[in-house]
Amino acid sequence: MAVMAESAVAQVKRSSLWTRAFESRNFLGAMFMVPAIAILILFLAYPLALGFWLGMTDTKIGGAGRYIGFQNFVSLSKDSVFWLSVFNTIFYTVAASAVKFAIGLYLALLLNERLPFKSMVRAIVLLPFVVPTVLSAIAFWWIYDSQFSIISWVLIKAGLITRYIDFLGDPWNARWSVVAANIWRGVPFVAITLLAGLQTISPSLYEAANLDGATNLQRFRHITLPMLSPIIAVVMTFSVLMTFTDFQLIYTITRGGPINSTHLMATLSFQRAITGGNLGEGAAISNAMIPFLVAAILLSFFGLQRSRWQQGGRD
Amino acid sequence: MTTADDQSVGMDYLESFPRKFFRVYLPLGLIIFFLLFPFYWMAVATFKPDAEMYDYEKYNPFWIVHPTLEHIKKLFFDTDYPLWMWNTVIVSVSSTFISLFASVCAAYAIERLRYKGSRYVGLAIFLGYLVPPSILFIPLAAIVFQLGLFDGNLALILTYPTFLIPFCTWLLMGYFRTIPYELEECALIDGATRLQILMKITLPLSLPGVISAGIFAFTLSWNEFIYALTFISSSENKTIPVGAITELVNGDVYHWGALMAAALTGSVPVVILYSFFVEYYVSAMTGAVKE
Repeated sequence: MAVMAESAVAQVKRSSLWTRAFESRNFLGAMFMVPAIAILILFLAYPLALGFWLGMTDTKIGGAGRYIGFQNFVSLSKDSVFWLSVFNTIFYTVAASAVKFAIGLYLALLLNERLPFKSMVRAIVLLPFVVPTVLSAIAFWWIYDSQFSIISWVLIKAGLITRYIDFLGDPWNARWSVVAANIWRGVPFVAITLLAGLQTISPSLYEAANLDGATNLQRFRHITLPMLSPIIAVVMTFSVLMTFTDFQLIYTITRGGPINSTHLMATLSFQRAITGGNLGEGAAISNAMIPFLVAAILLSFFGLQRSRWQQGGRD
Repeated sequence: MTTADDQSVGMDYLESFPRKFFRVYLPLGLIIFFLLFPFYWMAVATFKPDAEMYDYEKYNPFWIVHPTLEHIKKLFFDTDYPLWMWNTVIVSVSSTFISLFASVCAAYAIERLRYKGSRYVGLAIFLGYLVPPSILFIPLAAIVFQLGLFDGNLALILTYPTFLIPFCTWLLMGYFRTIPYELEECALIDGATRLQILMKITLPLSLPGVISAGIFAFTLSWNEFIYALTFISSSENKTIPVGAITELVNGDVYHWGALMAAALTGSVPVVILYSFFVEYYVSAMTGAVKE
């Protein structure tokens, strides 16, 4: 009897501890965070740290590696293929992002006009972004085929060229071809997000400018651009990040060829680490991407701060 | 939204049709043609018999003379395509639900419980959103192998949330912020627990946000490629994007018809889902950028 009573008392005490714990924000907050934090630590933070470590080892697939310091980076710095991939990545990112921004902004301005079936047009425009990249890249692969390219066929029929263009066989043709495919995929994202930004600009600003006799160009230069600049900074940061770390398009269309001329750092690290089995070297190539990514993020972060301050917001 | 659009072009009616045609409709039409042509080309190749596909002299490449289901039949009955489709569905649905559950809890805790340090955790989760899969896949492959998850659906179901949770949490935080505190305070006074408040007040009120996050997460996991390519090796465990690229190309022989059929049929489910939830999808995409 006495034992039972004791345990009952203990239970009451424990339950009151529980209830008190569940009223504490800190405890409850921690409980709510468990699922997300567990997954993110195990599969995001830990791999990120492990990646740094792997880059300093000579790990191969199926075998433990040992610490070799910066030797991977030293050998990469003498590796012409690596430097070619750095050049390709920068060229790919700069060329594709610049065109994506230009066409995307233009398309956003066009979609901001009064149009029939506007929401349907907007839904259609976003399609290239929705469809799996690899699957649409297969279509581009077929469009760029050396014997059955529809572009070559049309140009020949129009009398502009006499021979089929070797889109993916020549280094520069291949580079421009994958850039074009990337632009195709990225323009909808830029256009639709900038359109969302355009729709938040108050029409009264344009009306005031109209009354003051501003031209179209002046309205664009002095109202649209400044009002849009915070969102442009974010959108272009995302776009640059996605382009710089792109893997799918290259892997599908060229696999890095011809003669490594379209290898990006991401595809090269895959080739070295997974296909070639040198996990350590591949991880070193991935790590070499990080400084560029950090630079891109910081650039947009400070860009954002400045424009927010210009509009009279908090720092 | 529509009323704002109508106002924003207040003097539009002064413009004559030919002028507007050259200024708006023509460039818009050209861009849309450029954006849609690859899909048209995909569809044409899917239903075109081989005889027409490789003969541009006799047949106009833009049109199909004798449409055929041969490529689709080959894809569904001679390859593992149905299995890839099944894997893709399983992986996308599971990882989406896991991510939504974890993100709802995390976003609620960060935004509403405001525990000590929640702002920094929120910021850290946003930074997680900026870590691209292409620098994570090598160490992740090592981890997946160590945990014995290699070459199974579970490897993908557990790793996809790494890019879904940061995105969903960030989006949901924005939605939860718009719900007035007073509602929760009333419920607290009436004796509701935090869990009841989340389930009966916050979640129903932010349902559009949850749907947006879910739709976007689903399409992201359907499209994922690099993890699936790295962590899966046997054909019957592959997802559609990986299977199409690795299994339908035999050395130098490209089965263009079957490849295009895989591309088309693999895209259709996402496009159908997207077409039902366009507004949600767009608000997820723009919401994540605007915050």
